[in-house]
Order: sequence, then C-alpha cells, then structure tokens
Amino acid sequence: MPRTKVVLVACGTAVATSTVVANAIEEEMRERGIAVDIRQCKATEVPGLIDDVDLVVSTTPVPPDLDKPVITTLAFLTGIGKAEVLDKIEAALRG
Amino acid sequence: MHDSISRYLDPEAICLGVEATSNRDVIDLLAGRLAALGRVRPSFVGAVLAREASMPTGLPLGGALNVAVPHTDPEHVVKPSLALATLARPVGFGSMDDPDEEIPVGVVMMLALDNKDAQIDMLREVAELIQRPGALAALAAATSPDEIYAVLGA
Repeated sequence: MPRTKVVLVACGTAVATSTVVANAIEEEMRERGIAVDIRQCKATEVPGLIDDVDLVVSTTPVPPDLDKPVITTLAFLTGIGKAEVLDKIEAALRG
Repeated sequence: MHDSISRYLDPEAICLGVEATSNRDVIDLLAGRLAALGRVRPSFVGAVLAREASMPTGLPLGGALNVAVPHTDPEHVVKPSLALATLARPVGFGSMDDPDEEIPVGVVMMLALDNKDAQIDMLREVAELIQRPGALAALAAATSPDEIYAVLGA
C-alpha cells in the first residue's frame, strides 16, 4: 500500500481558486487510483508548509527554491490544457 | 446547472455595458454594489484592490474575451455573494499565473466568499461557467439581468 501523497494547493487567498483546484485534483486522482491528502494555503504560506509535501500545485506564482516539484496552472479554472496538467500531476505523484 | 451562482447574484449586483478605463474602476463599482447591499464590510473594496495589485485575478482563456475573478479574504465578507460586470470595452487585468502579464478582460465576476467549504458548489459552477463554450460571450452580449440569469441557468 503506497503512502498517501500530500499535495499542497496554493492560490492568493486560499479560499476561492485553490478550492476549485483542490477539489478537481482529489476527484481526478481518485479516479486514477492515487490516494492524495490535499492541503490548501495561500501562495505566501507555501515555504512554511512544504516539509512533508510531495507536490505543490498553484494558480499563482509561489516563492522560488522550494526544493519540491511545483506546477503552476490555471487549467482547472480555464479548462485549457487540463488533461496535460492532470497527467503531469499523476506523473509527479507516481514518481 | 448554475442555480447556485444565480442564488448568490443579486440583480442589483449586475452591471452591464460598464464604461470603465481601469480594473480599479470595475472593482470599485462592483464592491460598491455589494457594500450597498450589505453583503461586504467597508474594508472589502480596499482589500480586493490590494490583492489585485499584488496577486491579480485575470484568467486568460486563449481568445479575445478573458475573465477576471477579483476577491479577497473571508473576514471582509458579511454574506457570501457574487457581483458581475460586463464591460463596454475591455480593461487590463494582470494574469493570475503571471502578474507581469496584462490581459484584456471583458467580463468580471467578483467573489465575496466567507467559507470555502460552504461555497464549493458555487465555486465549481463559476469554473464550469468560465469553461463552457460560448457562455462568456453570451454574458457579454446580455442587455438585461434576466438575460444574465438565462445564461447562468443554461
């Protein structure tokens, strides 16, 4: 049984866009058979929450040099490139 | 299905064919409507403007008609609501994923949220609306709040 992967989902306020993104990732990864623990935060809070995180997905730029994979994407809001981003997230979590 | 969006959107918070010259004009207008309706605190407008300046909310959709979703922290909100403006001519908003890039925006949906878990359905519907082909163009072309609700309910 693989360890549940932790995805930190960030946006500007941690209330609107990251909620949409968190929801979409949880659903899509469940369908792909990947158990994820989703946490939401503001982009500015990412460095303090990064320790046990496997992947950061953000709708807005996050501070540099996090030492963890970061995917910045608006695909879950605009629909543009969503399939590709989901594949990228899956690859990052299976890696 | 966009019942949830319509429920949060008072007709008084719909502004059509707005003549604006900056994103600040639009934010002032919509936040003013929400404040007049008692949906947000007086601090809301300043908080939205500050947030927009540092972390903009423009969403590039790959075409001529882009959308922005200005919003801020829950403590400025009294009752969760939406406000919507269509613009006579696009104004520039920074792109959410690249604040240095400005995109022309023709439809603005202001979000006043106080609880992300309670408002998840509405947020999903906003995202679905943005992704639905033709929906933004139909909103932009609407000449009455009834036509807006017709698009949202489609």
